[in-house]
Amino acid sequence: MKHTISVLVENHFGVLARISGLFSGRGFNIDSLSVGETEDTTTSRITLVVNGDDIIIEQVMKQLNKLIDVIKVNDLTTDEFIDRELALIKVHANGKTRSEIMQIVDIFRGKIVDVAPSSLTVEVTGAEEKVQGMMDLLREFGIKEVVRSGKIAISRDNKAAHR
Amino acid sequence: MSILQGSQILVESLLKEKVDLIFGIPGGVVIPVFDTLFDSPIKVILARHEQGAAHAADGYARATGRVGVCLVTSGPGACNTVTGIATANMDSVPMVVITGQVTTQMIGNDAFQEADIVGITRPITKHNYLVRNVKDIARVIKEAFHIASTGRPGPVLIDLPKDIALATTEFHYPATVDIRGYKPVLEGNMKQIKRAAELINASHKAVIYGGGGVILSNASRELTQLAHKTGVPVTMSLLGLGGFPGNDKLFLGMPGMHGTRYANYALSECDLIIAVGTRFDDRVTGNVEKFAVHAKVIHIDIDPTAISKSVRVHVPIVGDAARILAKMIPLVKRVENKEWLKRIDEWKTQYPLTYTDSEAQIKPQYVVQQIYEATRGDAIITTEVGQNQMWAAQYYKFKSPRTFLSSGGLGTMGYGLPAAIGAQFGVPDKVVFDIAGDGSIQMNIQELATVVHNKLPIKVAILNNHFLGMVRQWQELFHNRRYSSTCLIDNPDFVKVAEAYGAQGIRITQKKDVRPAIEQALATPGPVILDFEVAREENVYPMVPAGAGIREMIEGLA
Ligand SMILES: Cc1ncc(C[n+]2csc(CCOP(=O)(O)OP(=O)(O)O)c2C)c(N)n1
Repeated sequence: MKHTISVLVENHFGVLARISGLFSGRGFNIDSLSVGETEDTTTSRITLVVNGDDIIIEQVMKQLNKLIDVIKVNDLTTDEFIDRELALIKVHANGKTRSEIMQIVDIFRGKIVDVAPSSLTVEVTGAEEKVQGMMDLLREFGIKEVVRSGKIAISRDNKAAHR
Repeated sequence: MSILQGSQILVESLLKEKVDLIFGIPGGVVIPVFDTLFDSPIKVILARHEQGAAHAADGYARATGRVGVCLVTSGPGACNTVTGIATANMDSVPMVVITGQVTTQMIGNDAFQEADIVGITRPITKHNYLVRNVKDIARVIKEAFHIASTGRPGPVLIDLPKDIALATTEFHYPATVDIRGYKPVLEGNMKQIKRAAELINASHKAVIYGGGGVILSNASRELTQLAHKTGVPVTMSLLGLGGFPGNDKLFLGMPGMHGTRYANYALSECDLIIAVGTRFDDRVTGNVEKFAVHAKVIHIDIDPTAISKSVRVHVPIVGDAARILAKMIPLVKRVENKEWLKRIDEWKTQYPLTYTDSEAQIKPQYVVQQIYEATRGDAIITTEVGQNQMWAAQYYKFKSPRTFLSSGGLGTMGYGLPAAIGAQFGVPDKVVFDIAGDGSIQMNIQELATVVHNKLPIKVAILNNHFLGMVRQWQELFHNRRYSSTCLIDNPDFVKVAEAYGAQGIRITQKKDVRPAIEQALATPGPVILDFEVAREENVYPMVPAGAGIREMIEGLA
C-alpha cells in the first residue's frame, strides 16, 4: 500500500542526503519526494510517498525518527489528509488542435502558461488522479515533456473544530 | 570571555568533556590542532595507522564506558578510519572522530587530500558534522559527545576545515544541549513493564537473552538480579558476554551459529524470550522462520528500530535497560520452571561445550582455557575475527562487563590489537590479552610499535594455524576442502616480528609449554607475543550451517 509520510526536519545542509541515503541503503523505494521550507525558516517539510507493507512502513518511520535532524514523522495515510501535485505539461499544438486542448485544460481547471507556434505548456495542480487524468487526455495530441513536482500533503484538521 | 583560535576552542571543548586521551595521526590540515594539543594536558597517542587509532578509541570506550576520541587528517587519514567507524557503529560504541578537512574555499574542488568524509561516513555514523563556522565548534563538540554517549551510543564524526581551525572567535562552552529531533526515551512504559512481568510470572519455560545493550547501559547487575529472582536461565550474545557471570549456574553460554547446543535448544523450545539490549542478529537467530516458534517475546531496547526488525515482538519496551529492569524486578516472582531447568540440565550433560583434546598437538581451545585459568578470568580479552574469536567466546568465562571486546556486528579482522591498546590505556591495572589469528594479527600489526613505544604490557596470543581458519572451515565443510586463498603457509616469523618492534616473542610448539609460556608472559612487565603453533585444521563446533534453524547444529556432540 502507498503511504504518504510527512517529515519535519532541521533546515540543515545534508539532511536530504541522509534521508535519501536511508532509503537507498536499506532498499526501501521512494515513489516521490518533495521538500520545502515551512512557516519556520529553521525547518523544512519533506513529503514522501512510499510503497510497502506495514512492516516496511513501520521500519521506515522508525528509521526516519532515528535521524538526529528529523524532528517529527507523520504517516498521513492513517488519517484524512489533502495531497496535491503540480505538473507542467508541454504538449504539441497547432491551429487545429489548440482550441480543443484549451477546452480540456479548462475542464481540469488547469492554466495555459506558455504558448508557442507548435506547442502549449499547461499547468495543472490537484490530487494525483486529476493530474493523471489530464495527462491521459493530452496524450493523444503528443506530449513533448512533463515535469511533476511530487506530492505535497497536509493533514485535515478534525471536523468538529471546523464547525 | 576570551578570543580563541578554532583549534584552541576544539581543545578547550574536549577538556570540558573531560577528554584526557586522544588516538591519532597528524597531517597537513590538522597541524594547527596538533600544535595546540602539544601543550595541552590531553595526552595524544600516536597510532601507526588511522584504522588502529579508530579501533584504539573504540577499545578505550568499550573498556571504560567513556567516549573514545580519535583525531586524523583529511583525505587518506579520514578514509583510513572508515573501517574503525563502521565497526563502532555496528556495535554501538560511543566514539568521536575528528577529521581535518581542506579549507572551506577548496571543498568540492578535488583539492589535495580532499575526501568527502561526511558523505562517506553518513551511513556508518550515528551522526556527523561538517563545521563551517568557527562559532559552531563548541556547540558541535558538545552535541557530538552528547549524541555519541546517549540513547543507543555510536560514533559521531566532526569534519573540521583548516581555515575554521585557524579562525578566531569568543569561546563559550554551552552548558546544555537541545536538539529537537533527538530525545532518547529512557524510562520505559510502566504498562508495558507490568505486562512483561505478568508474562514472566506465568511462564514455565522462559529464557533471558541479553546482548551488548546490557553492557552499554550498565545493566548487568539488574539483569543478574532478574535472573536470580525469577530463576530464569540466561543466554548472552557475543557482545553481551560478561554482562552475566559466565560461571553462574543459570548461564547457558552464547546462542547462535557457534553457540552452545543447550542455549540453542532452550531458545527453540522456550515459551518466553526476555530479550534485553540485543537485536536478534542473524548469527543468533539462524533461519528466522524457525526461530523460537513457540515463544512470546518481550524486547527491551533503547532503539525502537531494533524492535520487531527481524523477530516479531509481543511486548516491546523502549528505554534504558538498567532502568527498565530495575522497575521490573519488584514485579516478578520465582517462576515455576523446575521441569524446564531439569530439561536444560539434561541438555548440558548430554551436549556439553567440548572438544577433543590432544597430547601431540596444541588445541586452540586448550590455549584459551589456559589463558582463562592463568588470568583467573580477570583479564580484559580482545579478539580478532574468525575461529580465534569464537573459541575465545566459548572457552573464556567472562565474569564481569567490559572485559570482552570483540567486533561483533562488522566482524573486523585487525580489531583486537589496537582495541587492546585502547583498553590498556583506559584500564591500566588490568591484564589485557588479545586472542588473535595469524591472519587477523597481520591486519594491524603495525600497532605493535604503538604498544612498545607506550610500554603497554599487552599480551597477544596468536592461535597460529597458518590458515585464514574460519574461511578454511567453511571451505572444508561446504566447498569440498577446496582451500582457495586461505593458506598462510608463508607467515612471517612472529617471534622475530615481535623482537623487531622491541617486544618479546615466544613460540610454543608443545602442549606442555602452553601454560608456562602464558605464565611467563604474565610475569613480564612489557608486551609479549605468544605464537602458538596450533592444530591446523581444528574446527569451531558446534555450528549452525547458514540458512538452517538454530536447532539444526552439526557436531559438538560429546
Ligand atoms: C577485514 C576482514 N577481511 C576479511 C574477513 C573475512 N574473514 C572472516 S574470518 C577470516 C579468517 C581469519 O583468519 P585468522 O585471523 O587467521 O583467524 P582464524 O579463523 O584462523 O582463527 C576471514 C578472512 C573479515 N572478517 N575481515
